[in-house]
Amino acid sequence: MKKIYAIASAVALATAFSTTAQAGATLDSVKKKGFVQCGVSTGLAGFSSADDKGNWAGLDVDICRAVAAAVFGSADKVKYSPLTAKERFTALQSGEVDMLSRNTTWTLTRDTSLGLNFAGVNYYDGQGFLVAKDLGVKSALELDGASFCIQAGTTTELNLADYFRANKMSYTPITFDKSDETVKAFEAGRCDALTSDQSQLYALRIQLKDPGSAMVLPEVISKEPLGPVVAQGDDEWFNIVRWSLHAMLNAEELGVNSGNVAKMMESKDPNIRRLLGLEGIKGKGLGLQDGWAASIIKDVGNYSEAFERNVGMSSPLKIARGQNALWNKGGLQYAPPIR
Amino acid sequence: MKEHVPHPDLPPPITNVGVIGWLRTKLFSTWLNAGFTLLAAYLIYLTIPPLIDWAFIKADWFGDSREACTSGGACWVFVNVRFDQFMYGLYPAEEYWRINLAFGLLVLLAIPLFIERFHHKGILAAVILFIYPIVAYYLFAGGSFGLEAIDTSRWGGLTLTLVLSGVGIVASLPIGIVLALGRRSKMPIVKSVCVVFIEFWRGVPLITVLFMVSVMLPLFLPEGSHFDKLLRAMIGIVLFQSAYMAEVVRGGLAAIPKGQYEAAEALGLNYWKSIGLIILPQALKLVIPGIVNTFIALFKDTTLVLIIGLFDLLGMVQTAITDSNWLGFSIEGYIFAALIFWIFCFGMSRYSQSLERKLHTGHAR
Repeated sequence: MKKIYAIASAVALATAFSTTAQAGATLDSVKKKGFVQCGVSTGLAGFSSADDKGNWAGLDVDICRAVAAAVFGSADKVKYSPLTAKERFTALQSGEVDMLSRNTTWTLTRDTSLGLNFAGVNYYDGQGFLVAKDLGVKSALELDGASFCIQAGTTTELNLADYFRANKMSYTPITFDKSDETVKAFEAGRCDALTSDQSQLYALRIQLKDPGSAMVLPEVISKEPLGPVVAQGDDEWFNIVRWSLHAMLNAEELGVNSGNVAKMMESKDPNIRRLLGLEGIKGKGLGLQDGWAASIIKDVGNYSEAFERNVGMSSPLKIARGQNALWNKGGLQYAPPIR
Repeated sequence: MKEHVPHPDLPPPITNVGVIGWLRTKLFSTWLNAGFTLLAAYLIYLTIPPLIDWAFIKADWFGDSREACTSGGACWVFVNVRFDQFMYGLYPAEEYWRINLAFGLLVLLAIPLFIERFHHKGILAAVILFIYPIVAYYLFAGGSFGLEAIDTSRWGGLTLTLVLSGVGIVASLPIGIVLALGRRSKMPIVKSVCVVFIEFWRGVPLITVLFMVSVMLPLFLPEGSHFDKLLRAMIGIVLFQSAYMAEVVRGGLAAIPKGQYEAAEALGLNYWKSIGLIILPQALKLVIPGIVNTFIALFKDTTLVLIIGLFDLLGMVQTAITDSNWLGFSIEGYIFAALIFWIFCFGMSRYSQSLERKLHTGHAR
């Protein structure tokens, strides 16, 4: 059935190509509707989930909010479409959502064959390892001969095999169907280590009885750049989504945050003045109002604020910045300058 | 002559009556049974006390964050905090009254149907079937009469489960009856259309139908014409369910002896009158268990909509357990959902039994 489904979706997508959006059409329709329709995950800790009051929150959700702030000057003008992994690209293709911010890995296949464009990377994820602290292991290279709890049928399994073969080590995989089962097995001591995407490891760690008893190893053995996606064929909209993310990164780099943005308006630094739309190209290039980046920072905050609030140290997940630190602090997050 | 006075009967031996007698006959009648009894008692001892301990004695009930869960047992605080969401989904809290009003109205309208002496049941049923859904739709969706419009993507929780299964049940029964009659029809075109429809929808799993309507359908529609995901799912469920209903009803129709049809004809009734007055009332009565069975299956099948990103009760629970503030309380959430589902399904099954008793007119087969 999976095969038929894949063939059928390929046919359907091929027919859909003929109807991709006209340049500029998305911004016009978004302005007319009065909100951004944003596809998010149906529930992923730290990235998109509904809080106690029923509001969507998370790092992915913040990208939707940033785009809304850039377009409308208010981050609340978003409607969320919770999408499952299988639906997400169709929803974007058919125009049901204006953008997708749903922990989607940027790959060549997706970028070229599905009629969509990745607008950037809002989280550099990768496969990592969770081990019990009393195992005394400091690096994944010390895990020769260890047993691993893995979720079956994921690329995780393949990545693990590649990594161990490349390092000439042996291991025993113990596969499970659901992440709940995997973490229960790890807790019961059925395996030495648990492997999954790093962002997931932190969420799994909270589910342990004593989260402090386990630690995430520093090694990352695969590349999973997650980012917002738009439909191909509307470059203006693509630019808006891409630069909304870049504005958050630039704001962090320049030290502008939601708390000091009002004061920064008086700053003499030309970089900051260009970011806040006080001089330079302002909003003209994107077809937005001049203070587009300023409203993102005011309503959503800079990248660091969004990160810490949703997945970082001020959230229950406590994920370290790691690869997601700015380029000048040893990470990979690098945004082109606004000028 | 001395009259013979029989001794009063001795009481039965203590081992045959009372608690001991019951134990001897029911639990320890043979060595094998005694063994099973002891085994079962041991299993109960192993499972029940820890369960009660976890769910009640060591459980935490009140609070507003996971810090309130300190006793080591179940953390019902999670269900407590999220209760409104499990019931109403992501519907805005200040508009809950609209959902309450809609369901309250339905209960109010339905009460007279259960009163024996109420005579206008036909009219009332028509109101519930045709007018009430329109009123309920405007209450839920809003957008007119001064009510704020609420996107269907915010509908969820038990409300969505009830809406989906309610629509499925109400719409699939009449369509199913028509299909069943069509399949038994002597007109070749009507018959083949019905057969093809029923066999097609019975031949595909519901999960495929839902995928189809949510993933494939939008691609074939012209650009910019979206019709609501919930509506698409509803149509899929109704079509699917009516095919099953048709087969259940056809079973009832097949069980009516030929004499009934001939008698109806002999009375000079036309087709619709003979079906409506003689055949269907008997046939439907025969298949009440089958119909209710289908309803219960439908009620539980609605949880499948979570694979297309609609948040029914179960979907809402699954979303709630991914909130990073509440990670690790999945068991509590699932138990709560199971309990709600059980209450509804058990209620439906009891109601069907009482309906069977009420309609029992002495010639049940």
